[in-house]
Amino acid sequence: MTETVLNKTQTAASKAGHTGPLLQVEDLRTHFRTIDGTVRAVDGVSFHIAGGETLAVVGESGCGKSVTSMSILRLIQEPPGKITGRILFQGTNLLDLSEKEMRAIRGNAISMIFQEPMTSLNPVLTVGRQIGETLRLHQGMDEKQAEARAVEMLDLVHIPEAKRRVREYPHQLSGGMRQRVMIAMALACNPQLLIADEPTTALDVTIQAQILDLMRELKSRLGSAILLVTHDLGVVAEMAERIVVMYAGRKVEEATARDLFARPRHPYTQGLLGAVPRLGSSLEAKGRSRLSEIPGIVPNLKKPIIGCAFAGRCPAVTDICRSVAPAVETKAPGHFAACHHAPREAVAA
Amino acid sequence: MSPDTAVAAAPAAVDVFPAEVQRGRVRTFIRRHPTIALGGFLLILMVVLAVFAPFLGTSDPQALAPARRVRPPSDVHWFGTDMLGRDVYSRVIYGARVSLIVGLSVAILASAAGLFIGLVSGFIRVVDGVIMRIMDGLMSIPSILLAIALMALTRGSVQNVIIAITVAEIPRVSRLVRGVVLSLREQPYVEAAIAAGTTTPRIIWRHILPNTLAPLTVQATYIAASAMITEAILSFIGAGTPPIIPSWGNVMAEGRALWQVAPYIVFFPAVFLSITVLAVNLLGDGLRDALDPRLAKRI
Repeated sequence: MTETVLNKTQTAASKAGHTGPLLQVEDLRTHFRTIDGTVRAVDGVSFHIAGGETLAVVGESGCGKSVTSMSILRLIQEPPGKITGRILFQGTNLLDLSEKEMRAIRGNAISMIFQEPMTSLNPVLTVGRQIGETLRLHQGMDEKQAEARAVEMLDLVHIPEAKRRVREYPHQLSGGMRQRVMIAMALACNPQLLIADEPTTALDVTIQAQILDLMRELKSRLGSAILLVTHDLGVVAEMAERIVVMYAGRKVEEATARDLFARPRHPYTQGLLGAVPRLGSSLEAKGRSRLSEIPGIVPNLKKPIIGCAFAGRCPAVTDICRSVAPAVETKAPGHFAACHHAPREAVAA
Repeated sequence: MSPDTAVAAAPAAVDVFPAEVQRGRVRTFIRRHPTIALGGFLLILMVVLAVFAPFLGTSDPQALAPARRVRPPSDVHWFGTDMLGRDVYSRVIYGARVSLIVGLSVAILASAAGLFIGLVSGFIRVVDGVIMRIMDGLMSIPSILLAIALMALTRGSVQNVIIAITVAEIPRVSRLVRGVVLSLREQPYVEAAIAAGTTTPRIIWRHILPNTLAPLTVQATYIAASAMITEAILSFIGAGTPPIIPSWGNVMAEGRALWQVAPYIVFFPAVFLSITVLAVNLLGDGLRDALDPRLAKRI
């Protein structure tokens, strides 16, 4: 079985053999055992990504977005962490694979971009070698081929004078260029899925726009699916086709980007959208000069949460919210939310 | 033409830097890294003395001349003679060989061993606890005492001196490397390498090892300096190189009894030892500043 698993994930041709979504995450739970209790960082999250699709996972700090993305590549230290559920990548459960089989997937079929371009590159190696590293690892290229391909990749991510840049060290590049290099590294092996964990957070706004443009362009060129993890709703609106909203380790809402921005069903999502400044909003607002905010803080993940995780901060909270955890229900075609009051709220909104 | 459509010329370009002065590469280097240049120069001088010892007007450092005992410095015996009539100048120059060989060998051996131990304990948590407790135990014994104890187990020879001092120096290096490894493991680029499917040996080789070399090089120079002093101490108390091989330590030991009548016997080897250790330390400080500019500003 291991042989077939490797073949399946290594050759793009096998894509055709597999029907259904590229990645299907079912009931993912990532818990950490700490001295003062078990932290339920991700607690029963399910979603899927089709080939070539962009799915955004949004939520505030500490809601489990990054842990979700790290869990998919099994980058969580076990112990103290523990991942359960199913992560089906082209029909194969990644949680069943050995560490060796997992390494063959990382950087090859699924690759990742991190949020810190300034420190995600090794200061003592040239960027060419770092891009070439994954190629030599997964595609068995020799040093020369790898460097030639690295130049191609730098060209692809629009770094001028790629031939010269390939021999430069990270400190000789600007932040935006380093993120381009990171993207080049991640895409070098033509992954079917690219996980981008806050790819633009550390960059200034004009560079952010350039990087997003680049990611969109490369996606349409290479056909990779993207799992975009971010707290920046502006980025989401620009990039994502579908959105998963997470709160306290749980999925609270999932919908297409258009639906979610037009008709958010969950009070948390509504709060998030209300907290984003819009052009012209301060002019039209009468008597409302500040952005709305969500009162309170995220619940402690070390204690089991009874009822809805958002109950303590929700404006529409009722008794049932404090005792029964709402299931993720279909509120409209393709639109899911975990809220007892969501249908009514949607009308009100 | 109305005043506001007039073309406003920006002031002419101003050069902030004074006109470049053409300097040779050597002079630029000296200006930029004076401590490395001075330390390096003194060290090279010592190495030249040691290597070309037979051609520097020396006589046989072992030749006894009972008739010319305890002579003050003169144009025949530049540094005088000792209680057996041996030429102190020759003994000091030949003594440089022992010091430099011991310093260099200990630096290399202790760095290599410490690097290996540090990498292992930085990566394997189970081993880490055991190794580091052993290192703590070794460090609780003053390194000079440890070296004396080790020398007591063997015969006095340069080789055994090197081994004894190396063992005493290993704990410090392995601690340093382990600390660097632990901080490097948390670096995002190591995480990124893991996310790209890189195997652990490759991560150590490509990402961890190159980044430990800078602090290790600096540490190695300090080890060389301290090894030279330890060697001199061992020889001074008679636990180091055998008397047949002149080293600064045993030259000083032999002159100790005559300190009040013939201070030059102790003085010259002491000066050479100080200069050599100073040179190595200067080199180490210079390297530290050059390799880690942030650290240089803080201190």
